[in-house]
Amino acid sequence: MRRGIAATALVATLALAATACGDSDSGDSGEKKSSGELSGTVTWWDTSNDTEKATFKKIAEDFHAQHPKVTVKYVNVPYGDAQNKIKNAFSSGSDAPDVIRADVGWVADFASLGYLDKVPDAKAKEVDSAFLKQAAASGRYDGQMYAVPQVIDTLGLFYNKKMLKDAGVEPPKTLEEVKTAAAAIKSKTGKTGLYLRGDDSYWFLPFIYGEGGDLVDAKNKKVTVDSPAGVKAFKAARDLVTSGAAITNATDGWNNMETAFKSGKVAMMVNGPWAVADAYAGDEFKDKANLGIAAVPAGSAAQGAPQGGHDLAVYAGSKNRDASHAFVDYLTSQTVQVQTTKALSLLPTRTAAYDQPDVKSNEMVQFFKPAVDKAVERAWIPENGALFEPLKLQFTKAVTGASSPEDAAKASATAFHKILKDWK
Amino acid sequence: MTVHTGQSTAKAAGEGARGRGRATGERPGRLRRALSTHWYAWTMVAPVVIVLGVIIGWPLGRGIYLSLTDANERNVGRTIGANHIDATYEFVGLDNYVDVLNDPIFVQRLVWTVVWTVCCVSTTFLLGLVLANMLNRQFRGRAAYRMMLILPWAVPGFVSVFAWRFLFNRDNGLLNKVLDGGGISAVPWLDDPTWAKFSVIAVNVWLGVPFMMVALLGGLQSIPGELYEAAEMDGAGPWKRFLYITVPGLRAVSSTVILLSTIWTFNMFPVIFLLTRGGPGDSTEILVTQAFRQAFVESPRDFAGSATWGVLILAVLMIFAFVYRRSLRKQGEVW
Repeated sequence: MRRGIAATALVATLALAATACGDSDSGDSGEKKSSGELSGTVTWWDTSNDTEKATFKKIAEDFHAQHPKVTVKYVNVPYGDAQNKIKNAFSSGSDAPDVIRADVGWVADFASLGYLDKVPDAKAKEVDSAFLKQAAASGRYDGQMYAVPQVIDTLGLFYNKKMLKDAGVEPPKTLEEVKTAAAAIKSKTGKTGLYLRGDDSYWFLPFIYGEGGDLVDAKNKKVTVDSPAGVKAFKAARDLVTSGAAITNATDGWNNMETAFKSGKVAMMVNGPWAVADAYAGDEFKDKANLGIAAVPAGSAAQGAPQGGHDLAVYAGSKNRDASHAFVDYLTSQTVQVQTTKALSLLPTRTAAYDQPDVKSNEMVQFFKPAVDKAVERAWIPENGALFEPLKLQFTKAVTGASSPEDAAKASATAFHKILKDWK
Repeated sequence: MTVHTGQSTAKAAGEGARGRGRATGERPGRLRRALSTHWYAWTMVAPVVIVLGVIIGWPLGRGIYLSLTDANERNVGRTIGANHIDATYEFVGLDNYVDVLNDPIFVQRLVWTVVWTVCCVSTTFLLGLVLANMLNRQFRGRAAYRMMLILPWAVPGFVSVFAWRFLFNRDNGLLNKVLDGGGISAVPWLDDPTWAKFSVIAVNVWLGVPFMMVALLGGLQSIPGELYEAAEMDGAGPWKRFLYITVPGLRAVSSTVILLSTIWTFNMFPVIFLLTRGGPGDSTEILVTQAFRQAFVESPRDFAGSATWGVLILAVLMIFAFVYRRSLRKQGEVW
């Protein structure tokens, strides 16, 4: 403790020292045995949320039935800490997982750092032909495929059908309509209209797309978050809070949003398919039919939600790469995708899965599939994750009123320029 | 034994070194004699020196070196399975220091870190002193009170911080539920910059009071009771007794605990990180959490920048400790 002073310097150094003495095993220890049968242990770090994890754990363990000599070790890593934990594990090589579930925004970053094993050629070809085009794109970096898309998603407007009906309003299509609807909800039911997630940059994206802007223009290597559209986006988000149409928090946004919506404190929230199972668990949605979903409200220029989702990737230093790739194969097979759709309403990434009766009849899929088709594809650059940190800071400051929309846009751009050094 | 070895080296030295050692040999001779006289002491100390060197000296030196380079996650060397990437970071001299010191963020963080440290340490010390005085007398259930007041210390830090985080939650937290019952509208404990600052300080004080109380209680018990009796005979009231006996009697203990607690609070990472993650926005970010953010949250990880912050934090604390000791010495404290 006396030398806690040097902690930071020490931590940075240790991280480096650890990289230096990383995995020195010869790469071929995990090659296919001559018999062709897979064996060994595959550790999977899954980032699914609390309501989803039991399903995924069961699915992961079922792999053992197909390959009796392979043991799957399922570890659930909370999504919020996952990016950091994965990086720590990958860079030090000790106790690193063999397979990870990575947010689509992380793949290019991990791949550019050399952490990911390439997807075998045969599988890559299959992904190109049998998977949704926009999902397959997220697994590529520098022309190579590093990850196989597991689920695809986008944001939508979740609403409490009964509360909207009581207030006599239709699900709003634009931010203006959100405000009028919220006013009606307030006067008729006393509840708040919308929960606005103010502590996560992902929730800022519909606002900026809605004003016709984007964070960056990757084609022309240009930062565009501080364009007039960007400023308008911060303004629009702030406006929802000041007008009383929405409530927000600067901390614990996820839990507060879920609680507020499930318990009927707010009538609407913006969320993705991953929240469906959790919403159903709430008192308000004991009758599943009460949950309605619409497209995210449009801004003044357009209507747009980001394309998201999760990919599965194999660690380049894995001692058991064949079994790991086989495991990824299994997790992205049609059977498993249909299984997760049925249990959790998550959207498959295989085109053919949408013809399956269980998927076809799923109401959430019926809504989200067209939404995903229209979703805005993000720039798949390694800096994707890095941009979200400073953006989160500015988004929180803007919605809580700690800084003006103009300042927030300008500060985000300054931070982006620091990360994207040679960009305009 | 000492005499024996001393003689033997003198003999050994005498064989060849005398002639040319005459002009320059005076100092090395003495050094060698000191070494040979106390060789056993050096041997005893060596393991500790080596261990300290490896676990503190080396990382510290490496951290300082890193702060003079542009090392980050992308350009440090690493081998991952079949992928081998060579190190390509370069020595950049004092560039990082110039950048950090020119960055308004550093000053902002430093100011808040100092405010946070001063508020925490002074409140903790005062509360600790009051509680220690209250507990330093005979009354029924004294042991039970002491146990209860020590409790925050017995709970692992992160557990208490998470517990507080739940209590502080604006929409569903217990604190606001209680206030609501009393007719007071919800307080944005962790959502408003000023309230968030208040909240982190409150939690840190809550965590720090037991240490202060125990240390000061020990100090109080070492003050002889006769002093108080004599003062009472002379007609000194409780306040005067406190001011002229307790305070000077506690000086040695209090100066040490204040120094320790200042250093700890200055670098109190868990409370800030777990309670607010530096938020809302960046309003409760102190120097260490900012350094952590650069090394572990932002991507690519900026090792050089983080090391620079680390070295600067070390420098600030060393200057503080130096000034503090000087001022104590002026007051006649032998420490």
